[in-house]
Amino acid sequence: MTEPRNPGTDTRDIDHIESEKHGEPQAEILDATGELGEVKGRSLWADARMRFFRNKAAVFSLGVLGLVMLFAFFGGFLAQYDPAQVDFSLMGANAYRGVPSIETGHYFGTDVDGRDLYARTVIGTRISLLVGIVGALVAVIVGTLYGATAGYVGGRTDQIMMRIVDVLMSIPFMFVLILMLVIFGRSILMLFIGIGLISWLDMARIARGQTLSIKNKEFVEAAVATGVSSWRIILRHVVPNLLGIVIVYATLLVPGMIIFESFISYLGLGIQEPMTSLGALINLGTAQMNNGTLWMLLFPLAFFLVLLFALFFVGDGLRDALDPKDR
Amino acid sequence: MKLKTHLMAGTAATLVALSGSALLAQDMTGPNGETLAENQTFTYRVLDEFPSIDPNLIEDVEGSAIGRNLFEGLMNQDSEGNVVPGVATGYEVSDDGMTYTFTLRDDARWSNGEPVTAGDFVYSWQRAADPATASEYQWYMGLMAIENVDAVMAGEMEPSELGVTAVDDHTLEVRLSQPLPYFAQMVTHTTTFPVPQATIEEFGDAWTQPGNMVSNGAYVLSERVPQERIVLTKNPEYWDAENVYLEEVTALIINDENQALTRYLAGELDQTDVPAGQYPRLSEEYPEQAVSVPNLCTYYYNVNVTEAGLPALQEQSVRQALNLAIDRDVIVENVTAGGQRPAYSLTHWATAGFEVPEADIIGMTQEERNTMAQEMLAEAGYGPDGEPLNVEIIYNTSDAHRSIAVAIGQMWQQTLGVETTLSNQEWQTYLTTRGDKNYQGVARAGWCADYNEASSFLDIMQSDSGYNDSGWTNEEYDALLAEARTAEDPLPLYQQAEAIIQEELPILPIYFYSTVFMMDDAIEGYPLENAQDNWYAKDLYRVAESE
Amino acid sequence: MFAYIVRRLAVAVPTLLFLVVFSFVLMFAAPGGPFNSERPLPPQIMANIEARYGLDQPYWKQMWDYVVAVVTQFDFGPSFQYRDRTVNDIIAQGFPVTLTYGLWSAIVAVIFGVALGVVAAIRQNSWVDYTAVGISIGAQALPNFVMGPILVLVFTLWLGLLPGGGWYGGQWQYVILPVVALSTSYMASIARITRSSMLETLNSNFIRTAKAKGLPMRRVIVRHALKPALLPVLSYLGPAVVGMITGSVVVDVIFSTGGIGQFFVNSAFNRDYAVIMGITILVGALTITFNLIVDILYAWIDPRIRY
Repeated sequence: MTEPRNPGTDTRDIDHIESEKHGEPQAEILDATGELGEVKGRSLWADARMRFFRNKAAVFSLGVLGLVMLFAFFGGFLAQYDPAQVDFSLMGANAYRGVPSIETGHYFGTDVDGRDLYARTVIGTRISLLVGIVGALVAVIVGTLYGATAGYVGGRTDQIMMRIVDVLMSIPFMFVLILMLVIFGRSILMLFIGIGLISWLDMARIARGQTLSIKNKEFVEAAVATGVSSWRIILRHVVPNLLGIVIVYATLLVPGMIIFESFISYLGLGIQEPMTSLGALINLGTAQMNNGTLWMLLFPLAFFLVLLFALFFVGDGLRDALDPKDR
Repeated sequence: MKLKTHLMAGTAATLVALSGSALLAQDMTGPNGETLAENQTFTYRVLDEFPSIDPNLIEDVEGSAIGRNLFEGLMNQDSEGNVVPGVATGYEVSDDGMTYTFTLRDDARWSNGEPVTAGDFVYSWQRAADPATASEYQWYMGLMAIENVDAVMAGEMEPSELGVTAVDDHTLEVRLSQPLPYFAQMVTHTTTFPVPQATIEEFGDAWTQPGNMVSNGAYVLSERVPQERIVLTKNPEYWDAENVYLEEVTALIINDENQALTRYLAGELDQTDVPAGQYPRLSEEYPEQAVSVPNLCTYYYNVNVTEAGLPALQEQSVRQALNLAIDRDVIVENVTAGGQRPAYSLTHWATAGFEVPEADIIGMTQEERNTMAQEMLAEAGYGPDGEPLNVEIIYNTSDAHRSIAVAIGQMWQQTLGVETTLSNQEWQTYLTTRGDKNYQGVARAGWCADYNEASSFLDIMQSDSGYNDSGWTNEEYDALLAEARTAEDPLPLYQQAEAIIQEELPILPIYFYSTVFMMDDAIEGYPLENAQDNWYAKDLYRVAESE
Repeated sequence: MFAYIVRRLAVAVPTLLFLVVFSFVLMFAAPGGPFNSERPLPPQIMANIEARYGLDQPYWKQMWDYVVAVVTQFDFGPSFQYRDRTVNDIIAQGFPVTLTYGLWSAIVAVIFGVALGVVAAIRQNSWVDYTAVGISIGAQALPNFVMGPILVLVFTLWLGLLPGGGWYGGQWQYVILPVVALSTSYMASIARITRSSMLETLNSNFIRTAKAKGLPMRRVIVRHALKPALLPVLSYLGPAVVGMITGSVVVDVIFSTGGIGQFFVNSAFNRDYAVIMGITILVGALTITFNLIVDILYAWIDPRIRY
């Protein structure tokens, strides 16, 4: 039997008017992209924050996420070596001389090219985080608005909009990416744009699917009846009610983006040396898995896993906190 | 109880094995009297699907191996790469060196029982040169300098006017437009193998599919699943079938070399490549199985010496400084680490009749080279105290190329203070970028000999060569190679040509390849001395595991 | 409903046409060509080859000829890379392979994903929940290019239980590892989506009502909660199934299964235009089909949705 998560939760039935009321402040939050300070008093947002901070796993994960970010952006100061610097005496000998050690300053050992793995993991984490967050952000914003609009407006507009998504989805993304990376040159920015462009499609479909069932709900009908404009209904009533699934999907998306980036690296289209990403590092580590340098896989993979676990629990905490129905 | 059952089963198995080996004892000995295993199969790994297994169309190394097993040309190579009789028992050369007359053996047959005749070769060669066939290896026919070949390829003459005729069923006459001392070597290449006219005319492009294909080699095609595997079985019609031991040869297509290695270690493969850098560990753990043999390929960087390239690199002294600062010993010992050798010149050291020319750079220590490099760069006005220099290194996507680019970039940076920008590109893009000389620095390249002769390497740096991606032109060099073509002893000319390259450095040679692979120690007969790695499954056999 | 399906299928035709044009444009804009090789071909030979494949024609003519051949004869042309095979041959050979392990993966992913998600949701915040969540994140976090080699290492090299690759007509022992490697991350996604939407459903009015009526929990879940809770999973399944079928590049590379994913990537790298087009159209048709199926199922599960 499911217990309400929060002891103080009101278990009264929700009626549509209440839902609508709670929908609105959230829309503002979405508009202001989470500027906490703007909302005063015991608003829904304050409630959400309170609920979030009661979730121990989520708070802990937020802390972990913070630490990983600290590592990604400031961990470089602790590195004893430049991430691009090759120690020729360790090249090819890293299985026994490039072992992780505090004394040599190679905390995580060296990679197959005799470079300091600690410094490279710092860079890799940073790039992966950026790719994941930017990609997911683009996907979520574009995809949600697009999907909600299509689903809400319905009819011919929906037809056309979703057919466009179908067409775009049927286009082999890899080929598009190859082209983009080739024609416009390979850069981190291009990778962001490429990944963002592709990833919003799934989000759009999911948002639209949810919207289809939301738009038949009473509170939307009530809003329509009182003459609220469509655009406003989408932003104020539909989108906030999508938030739960959007956030869950977004937390699926960030690691998805990171994995996707590594797939691009796997195909040789990823970030250029001497920069790197966690995916690329894991890829290299896997290739050397049998060659006695397991740390090349384990350190990046550990950061990868920790990052994903943290993202997941934070996302879950956010879901529980923001879901208007779960009060 | 359980133990006993096992014991009995085990005994029974031993008995069967014993009686089996006793029965087959006479048959089951190898060429040198070894006891052979009952299981005469050979399974090896190939990187990628073969674009074609039609001899006239084969364009890749792995496809060539399939071609050599399914078909047999006029001449074969022995385990050391020497030319030995194939379908032809021998040949005669006219005094002017322009006419070759091959005598074909009379017991050579196709797998459908038809005899292999001189006409089959004529058909095949005409087909290979015919523009309608559109073979990507058509240029090879041009390289063979057969009479009228250029006009035939250009569509100006009928294929029938090609300078090759069947005097009778067992005599093939080839007329050349210029003497080629290594012509016999060239007919060991798959492009020149005979193809079955009747089958091709019946099935069209589908003639290479299992069931349709008729071949004249030691094996016939029995199964082909694209991107998965190809299976060859022994051809009973082959003229020397009684000296063919392996009953079945399987090539598994495995893209990922590390996966292939794992599967090799699990016993699924008899041979697989060793991924870069893993040879030292594997040769320590499996000394009987890890093999490294020289392979006629050279790894080098093209320097863009055209005006589209970096202005600094148009200065010879800057190129020399960069060349000196590359510590090749580190690269062959620590990066590739599979028995490769440092290269300071273009032609592979193991090339037949070739000796690597002497040069000052070879005798120096790396410290001396570095000091010299620093001085040269400073004199040219670049480096730490001069104009900053940023050289782009482009390479096609691969872990091995990446490692080398990273290492060389760091050598230049640490020794000369030259910055580098690494840029990897997928293959097709890479070919275009490099071919258009659209790079600001150096571009990775590798070249493998088409035939075992120095000109196969040196030709690529000729001014009009399609592979001269440095954009380098040198009349003296071109003249030397033209002279070498007909020279009695071309070696000094080749060495002079090498000296020009070492002086002007349109390319920075890095290392001479070796082939590094794992091979089941029960497999014998692999041509380890053949520097082109041209192996024939008919020469392999599996010996019984010793007790 | 029937009219709706017909309408959707009618839209599919221009969609596919657009796809053809779009891919053609992209391909011709890409650097390199199918017959670029390390030693550039002499112009004469290049011309011979291009003439053979009609690449010397103007682009619009090539495109037109292609569409005509596809529509009238269902002929996708010859492969530029593999001389003895047509695109139809390649698809006929690779697609059944991919379809087999793709569908198995979808089945495995849905069964285990939904089960895991439901169990986690019912026992929210218990150790069962945490374990299920842990498993699903772990499964998703491990990229399949890491998981594949590990599976081969364990099951092939160490335990000697399963072959490390190949397909051999889809015998069961060759299917297992690819399915495991392919399905886990989808399973994890499905588990998380199910859990999230199940929680939402369990807190909704009609479930509370059902519970208040004193129905047993099992009955409430199976009869009432499961169907609405699976809606988001359905949304996800359309693209996911297509993804499993076509995006199986890594599985093909690691397990040498010879599926369509590998052909696709190779042909993109080799600029084998005909194969790229053929597979693109196949993927396009599949996507349209699966999206349609998902929409129909959606309407069937949630009767409030009308088209």
